Amino acid sequence: MAGKKIKRPDGRKPDEIREISYELGVIKNADGSAKFKIGNTEAIAAVYGPRELHPRFLQDPNKGMLRCKYNLMSFSVSERKRPAPTRRDTELSLVIANALSQCVFLEKYPKLVIDVFVEVPQADAGTRCAGICAASLALADAGIEMKELAGSISAGAIGDLIVLDLTKEEEDWPKGATDIPITYLPRQKLITGLQLDGDISFADFKKALKMAMEKCKDLVKKQEEVLKARYKGSDEE
Amino acid sequence: MKEYIIELAKSGLRLDGRGFLDIRKPIKVEVGVAKKAEGSALVQIGNTKMLAGVKLEIGTPFPDTPNQGTLMVNMEATQLAHPDFESGPPPPEIIEIARTIDRGIRETKMIDLEKLCIEEGEKVWMVFIDLYPLNHAGNLIDAGALGALAALKNARIPKVDENGKPTGKLTNKKLPLTKEPITLTFVKIGDKIMADPSLEEEKVMDARLAVSVSGKDRINALQKSGTGGFTEEEVFSIIDNTFKLRKTIEKALGEVK
Repeated sequence: MAGKKIKRPDGRKPDEIREISYELGVIKNADGSAKFKIGNTEAIAAVYGPRELHPRFLQDPNKGMLRCKYNLMSFSVSERKRPAPTRRDTELSLVIANALSQCVFLEKYPKLVIDVFVEVPQADAGTRCAGICAASLALADAGIEMKELAGSISAGAIGDLIVLDLTKEEEDWPKGATDIPITYLPRQKLITGLQLDGDISFADFKKALKMAMEKCKDLVKKQEEVLKARYKGSDEE
Repeated sequence: MKEYIIELAKSGLRLDGRGFLDIRKPIKVEVGVAKKAEGSALVQIGNTKMLAGVKLEIGTPFPDTPNQGTLMVNMEATQLAHPDFESGPPPPEIIEIARTIDRGIRETKMIDLEKLCIEEGEKVWMVFIDLYPLNHAGNLIDAGALGALAALKNARIPKVDENGKPTGKLTNKKLPLTKEPITLTFVKIGDKIMADPSLEEEKVMDARLAVSVSGKDRINALQKSGTGGFTEEEVFSIIDNTFKLRKTIEKALGEVK
């Protein structure tokens, strides 16, 4: 490619993500909860359940259901968003539930539902991934029997530079950007969340996917550390 | 049913006798089927039938894109198409499908939206694509994406009077179209990957991946759904197969003028 090398506006290296922090037990009423911050994006997840699924005809005698509701708060974006769910919110609720279901031993919860509520108070891109990281930790905090934790991060390209964790400014790159939110479960080696919009070559996509999968492993390690620190030496479940 | 499908798959078979990478036949595209629409198409992939219509209206652009027309893709869960479809607004699964098709069209920049600007910041053409399944026998994504493309190719811009009001007649002018995204969908059942899932296969699938591609090797949209997951190799092989299989769809679309 001709032209200058693209530099990220905040000076990060291509595979460097923004500063992250996790916090457990942020919603006292919930059975489990967590907050996850990545740069200026923040997501809170609360888990209620397992509890009986209504209406009854939705109950599966062999396994439970993991259900999600994702919402961008009205003031989380530059122009006020109306509080009612948008088509995007509806889609992402489904995407998050589908990304997390394989983390849980759902067969241990026949006829039940595990509700995951994700609220985004502050959005600077990558909100669904932040929501999934928060929800992964909230499920563990709720004592749900889990196969493993989930890591989620967006990969993509700004111009022809392959990067991780795009900001809003990078998503709106004037020469075009590609956004690829990915959720990866390292133990089962399963990609449970994968979306893409943009314009990217197959070769660059492969590179971006591999980069994101590596970072998801780090995100899971960090979640494990947070849980160990919180429950160290405690007998309570 | 799932066990039976998995058992069959072990011997390389599918319920309807197809190979894993076979798209159902026939693939048919007929355009201009809804005369009041600015563009329309009736498509068929196997027993799945989809009616697609394009309406064009003059409206105000979004504040962040004052010099661009707008695009919206919607799908309804038409109750006549399947006993499981219920009345009311489209369920989340159908909204997800419409948004997946929308992304394929939007991200390839298939429609040159800047050419749909009439007066910057004031007046632009708004393109509405509405998709109505007429018979749901599986894979509404690929049928919807094909229908949307054919209807867009068939669309003509309406005649407007001196005040800019549509007269109800059409000009001969087509929409400013560029590249064509081809969308193909695959499901994973057990450890087998199958193209163009039937409804029986979709009902028991572990995971699904829809891929929109254009040009020689460009990927424009991906959407994974279902509660299961894919390995890295499976994702790469699905995309690889999309590039190999897209000719089938391109051929059906090629005859649309």
